Amino acid sequence: MTLMKTLLGAAATLALTAGIAAAEPAIIYDLGGKFDKSFNEAAFNGAEKWAKETGGTYKELEMQSEAQREQALRRLAESGANPIVMTGFAFGDTLNTVAPDFPDTKFAIIDMVVDQPNVKSVVFTEDQGSYLVGMMAGLATKTGTVGFIGGMDIPLIRRFGCGYAQGVLAAKPDAKIVLNMTGTTPAAWNDPVKGAELAKGQKAQGADVIYAAAGGTGVGVLQAAADEGILSIGVDSNQNGMHPGSVLTSMMKRVDVAVYNAFTEGTDLKPGVTVLDLAADGVGYAMDENNASLVTPEMQAAVDAAAAKIKSGELKVHDYMSDNTCPAATF
Amino acid sequence: MDYATLLQILDSTLRLGTPLLFACLAGLFSERAGIFDIGLEGKMLMAAMCSGAVAFLTGSVWLGLLAAIAGSMVFAALHGVASITFRGNQLISGVALNFLASGITVLVAQRLFGQGGRTPPLEGAARFNEITLPFAEALRPVPILGPLYAEVISGHALLVYVAILSVPVTWWVLYRTRFGLRLRAVGENPAAVDTAGVSVKGLRFAAVAITGLLCGLAGAYMATALQAGFGREMTAGRGYIALAALIFAKWRPWQALGACMLFGFFQALALRPDVVTAVVQVKIPVPFLDALPYILTVLVLAGFVGRAIPPRAGGEPYVKER
Repeated sequence: MTLMKTLLGAAATLALTAGIAAAEPAIIYDLGGKFDKSFNEAAFNGAEKWAKETGGTYKELEMQSEAQREQALRRLAESGANPIVMTGFAFGDTLNTVAPDFPDTKFAIIDMVVDQPNVKSVVFTEDQGSYLVGMMAGLATKTGTVGFIGGMDIPLIRRFGCGYAQGVLAAKPDAKIVLNMTGTTPAAWNDPVKGAELAKGQKAQGADVIYAAAGGTGVGVLQAAADEGILSIGVDSNQNGMHPGSVLTSMMKRVDVAVYNAFTEGTDLKPGVTVLDLAADGVGYAMDENNASLVTPEMQAAVDAAAAKIKSGELKVHDYMSDNTCPAATF
Repeated sequence: MDYATLLQILDSTLRLGTPLLFACLAGLFSERAGIFDIGLEGKMLMAAMCSGAVAFLTGSVWLGLLAAIAGSMVFAALHGVASITFRGNQLISGVALNFLASGITVLVAQRLFGQGGRTPPLEGAARFNEITLPFAEALRPVPILGPLYAEVISGHALLVYVAILSVPVTWWVLYRTRFGLRLRAVGENPAAVDTAGVSVKGLRFAAVAITGLLCGLAGAYMATALQAGFGREMTAGRGYIALAALIFAKWRPWQALGACMLFGFFQALALRPDVVTAVVQVKIPVPFLDALPYILTVLVLAGFVGRAIPPRAGGEPYVKER
C-alpha cells in the first residue's frame, strides 16, 4: 500500500512537471461531432496538420451534451492545456465566465467574439463565401429555384443564408429561393434524416440546387440531393468528394487554418478579434476533380470576377449579423 | 395549399411514418403479451448500426437486413432474459438497454470505420432503393387519383410496403390465430393461460422475439432506405414516439397504423412551416408541431379522447406459485 502511494505520488509529480514543461494545446469540438465532414472536421484537420508538422501532441474533447460545456472547459484549463481552442458560437457565454478564472491560459474561439483579455476570437465572413456559391447556384439552376437548408436557426446561419440569397439573385434576378432551418436546438446540427426530408421537400418545390449550411445534418442533404439527381453545395470543409458529380461546390470556411494558426502561436496567442475574410482566404469556394464537370468556365469566370470585386471592396455583401435584416430573403 | 404540395407532404408522411409503424407494432406484440418495452429505441439503433455496417462491408442490403434483425434480436433476448426469466423490472431493463445501445453502436462503428461513429455512405445494392409500382407513370394523367398513386403510393423503398402489410398480418395473428389469442391472454391474465397448460414464458419470449424482428426492420429501414448509413443517435427518439403512438392507438393494430401515419404527418408538416403558415394564417412555431404527438398522447392518457387501458398484466413478471 505504501509502495503504491509512493508510486502514484511519483507518477502524479511526473505528470505535473510534464504539464509545465510543454503546455499542450487543446481543442474542444462542438455538438456536431468531430467527424461531421464539415465544421468540426475542418478544425480537426487543422489540429492534425499542426501535430504532423511539429510532432507535438494535443488534447481534444468532443462535446456530448449542452450541460458539459463549462465543466469541459474548466477541466481542460485546470489540466494545464494552453492554448485552448473551441469551435462554435455556443461556447461564447461559457467562455466569457470561464476565461477570467484562468488569466494565465490563452483561449481561442471560432465563430464568436468574446471580449476578454486572454481570448482570441476568430470570425469568418461567411456572407462573402456564401455569396460566391450562391452565384454559382444561380448560374447552375435550370428550374430557376434554389434551396438553402440551415442547421440551427441562429443569426450566424442566417448570415450564410443571406449571403447565399444575394449571390443567387446577382446571378439570376428572377430566381426563387426556398429557405429552411433544421431546428432551433443544437440537435439540429446532427439530424441527417431531417436534412434529407427537407431536401426532398425543397426539390418538390422546384429547387434543383440546394446549399446545406448545417454541419452533420448536411450529410443527409447531400445524400438526398444525390438520390434525387439534383445538385447540392457543401459547407465548411471541401465536401465535393462525398458525392462526385452531384456536389456543385463547397463553401470553404478555413476553420482548419484558424486552428492551425492558434496552435502554432501556442502560448503567445494574440488576444483580440481576427476576421478571416475572402481577401485573407478565410472563405472561398472549392474546385477539384469531383466537380470539374459541373462548373463551366463561364460560371467560374463570373464567380471569380465577383470575388475580385468583393476583395477590392467594390462589391459589398450585406452581412445579416450587422443589422439582423436581409435585403434578399426573409427568414 | 395546392394538391401537389399536399401530395408531397403525404409522400413524406409515408416515409417518416414507416419506422414509427414498425416500432409501434413491435411494441404492440410485446405489450400485448404483458412485457413493457421502453427499449424500442435502443433496438432500432442497434439494428440501424448493424445494417449500416454489414451492408457496407458486404455490399448487400439483404445481409444488412439480416444483421439488423440479428442485432435487434440480441437486445430483445437480453430484455426477455432480464424481465421474463429473472423477473426484473421491465422499465429499468428497457432504459438500460437504451443506454447500452446508444453507447455501443457508436463504439462499434468507430472501431470498424473510424468515422466518428458513422458508417460509410451506402450505394447501389447496399441500399433499399425506391420501387416504382406498375403503371405509376401510365396512370399519372388520371385526375386526382393518378398523381396520388404515382407520387404518394408508388416510389418508396420495399420496407415501406412491408410495414403497411405488417398491419393486417398483425391483426390476423392477434385476432384470428390460436397463438394470438394466447398472446393476448398472457398479457391480461397469465395465470389463466398457465392453468390451461400453456407456457407463459414461452409465449412471452415469442412476443419479445417478434418485437426484436420488427425493431430490426425499423432500424434497417432507417439506415439503408431513409438514409444511406448509420449515424450517431440517428433514431432521434422515434422509439418513444412509437410508444406514444401505441398508447394513442390503444394497443390495436389498425389504430396503430392511423396513429403512426398521423404522427408521421405531423413530422412532415414540421418540415414545411411555410405551408402550415399559409393554411392557418398564423405563424406556428416549428417546436410546437414537433411536440404535437406528445400533446395528443397526454390528452389520450388524461381521458379526453376515449380511454386508454393497457393490458392488465403489463409490466408484472409472472410468478407461477406464491
